[in-house]
Amino acid sequence: LSRIGDELYLEPTESGLSLRAVNSSRSAFASFLFAPLFFQLYEPGIAGPDTELFRCKVHMKSFLGVFRSLPSLEKSVGKCLILLKPRASRLVLQLHCKYGVTKTHNLAFQECERLQAVFDTQSCTSRLCAPARVLAEAVVHFPLTLAEVTLGTGPGGKISLQNYVEEAGESCRPSKTMVTQLWLAEDEFQSVAVAPGSHITFCLKEFRGLLSFAEASNLPLTIHFDEPGRPVVFTLDDSVLEVHLVLATLSDLESDAQSTLTNGVSHLPAPSDDFADDLESYMAAMETSEGGSGGPPSPTFSLHTPQPAESDPEEEEEEEEGAVPGTPPHKKFRSLFFGSVMTPGRPGPATTQEVLAEDSDGEC
Amino acid sequence: MRFRAKIVDLACLNHFSRIINTIAKLAKTCILRLTVCKLYFILSDKVANGGASMWCELCQGNFFDEFQMEGVAAEHNEIYLELVPENLSRALKTAQNAKAVKIKLTNKHCPCLRVAVELPSLSSSSRIVTHDIPVGVIPRRMWNDFREPSVPDFDVSIYLPVLKTMKNVVERMKNLSNFIVIEANLSGEMNLKIETDLVSVTTHFKDLGNPPWASEDGCQSSAQGRDLESMVEVCIDIKKLQQLLAGQQVNPTKALCNIVRKRIVHFILLHEEVSLQYFIPAVA
Repeated sequence: LSRIGDELYLEPTESGLSLRAVNSSRSAFASFLFAPLFFQLYEPGIAGPDTELFRCKVHMKSFLGVFRSLPSLEKSVGKCLILLKPRASRLVLQLHCKYGVTKTHNLAFQECERLQAVFDTQSCTSRLCAPARVLAEAVVHFPLTLAEVTLGTGPGGKISLQNYVEEAGESCRPSKTMVTQLWLAEDEFQSVAVAPGSHITFCLKEFRGLLSFAEASNLPLTIHFDEPGRPVVFTLDDSVLEVHLVLATLSDLESDAQSTLTNGVSHLPAPSDDFADDLESYMAAMETSEGGSGGPPSPTFSLHTPQPAESDPEEEEEEEEGAVPGTPPHKKFRSLFFGSVMTPGRPGPATTQEVLAEDSDGEC
Repeated sequence: MRFRAKIVDLACLNHFSRIINTIAKLAKTCILRLTVCKLYFILSDKVANGGASMWCELCQGNFFDEFQMEGVAAEHNEIYLELVPENLSRALKTAQNAKAVKIKLTNKHCPCLRVAVELPSLSSSSRIVTHDIPVGVIPRRMWNDFREPSVPDFDVSIYLPVLKTMKNVVERMKNLSNFIVIEANLSGEMNLKIETDLVSVTTHFKDLGNPPWASEDGCQSSAQGRDLESMVEVCIDIKKLQQLLAGQQVNPTKALCNIVRKRIVHFILLHEEVSLQYFIPAVA
């Protein structure tokens, strides 16, 4: 929850304690509902005819600070009491530890409105369910700094994940962004019910938080999505816990360029197939658009002191090493250290061996 | 112009990844030159690099199970690509238990090096991750910019101390100064020195040994008559040196440097299957 927002909303309900968070741009919402059975004791309070059950929000950091070091908590804490005292304006967190030690934390809270994102998983056209491990292994290929990822469907029922790149259509990307795409087979999922050709783009950072929780608790993750622009809902379920993460997705209007890319995704042949290599025509276009061939060489590695004047052009043509004066000592060096690995006169165009040619003109 | 290659052996893949990681630490952008037998990673000494340049060479046969290259033309059977090595490093990072890695030059929207990693999965088909790394194709007329550098006419050549030790020393010195002086003599002694208004620190290394450069070509005769004890020094940007040392993930078989007094230092790091040369110019 702390990966989403800075404030923790606590909402006791009849069906359990709900902890929620929302991000500042209101594009991500998460809620964890702990059923009464999760707790040793659960008293949500009494709601009157015109008063609702009390709810509040606290600073995320203050709340987390109480549970700072999980390993030591597990060793020393026997019980934890969470008590909401509306009249004292305090949320009390009391840790009952070993040896009769009790740590009481009083957190200031603010009253708040009900925090609820509008979503309905039933109305989503597509649904995927996978073990958290599979999804965790999938996102590991994307850099931690990656903001957005596109989840799509491909031929053969495959599901793809691709980093989202803002690009201006099909022309060459001016920003040298690497595009990473991962394909998962249908049978890696526990269930797949997706509309063909569907895709959504959402923020990976917020999803990673839920994913690590899911992995740690070994629960399968369900992804409910619809058209681009409509939120994607990630859910985790177990007998005492219900988790929802709702993320906004890029609408097709904003992702016009993206749809070019994702159309590419859905029309993509199976990944191992070949793609047309248009490099010959590309190279031809490049070469003809330049002027004549072979302009004067630009000085390269000009910081090096030139070799002694024995670099007779005639002798340079010999590819022999050894006693020939003016042969780059570099090559001689290679035979010193590489021994048989490097043979003199190694294959390759002669031009690459003329490293002493800096002083000569008209190098072609 | 075509290029396709495949690595199946995990040890080769790991080794190749480590080399790419080293290159990525030294250069933000560099040239990848492909020939029938070799791969070269080249950084030429433009001002943007702070004047440092790099030449790294490896034999493809030591890494790839399949390697097919067709250059721009029959008589120029090579390909020069400009790329960001960090992209390649990232693509290979999560391929550590791959079944196979294929690299191919493609041109869907623009030239890319497509790295396709086939990963094991519990399902019937493998998981495939593809990384499209944008590359720039260098036209033939510019190939001369990336010729192999020559060994400079150095004043001293000396083996380096254990790289890990040198790296630790340089890293601590980096906190104190932006420049470092490397000095060495022909008696196997090297000093690393920094000097600021507040402090000067020198670390002395001895018994390093000086590599035997063949003298029959007459180039190094000037070194012969000189006093073996006199130190030759060069002052360089400490960050460049630290990058070089930090990027070394495996201990080289041989590591040495050639110093041209007050001009440049030329590092040569040799491993069994790859050689790396790095030139750091003196600061003005």
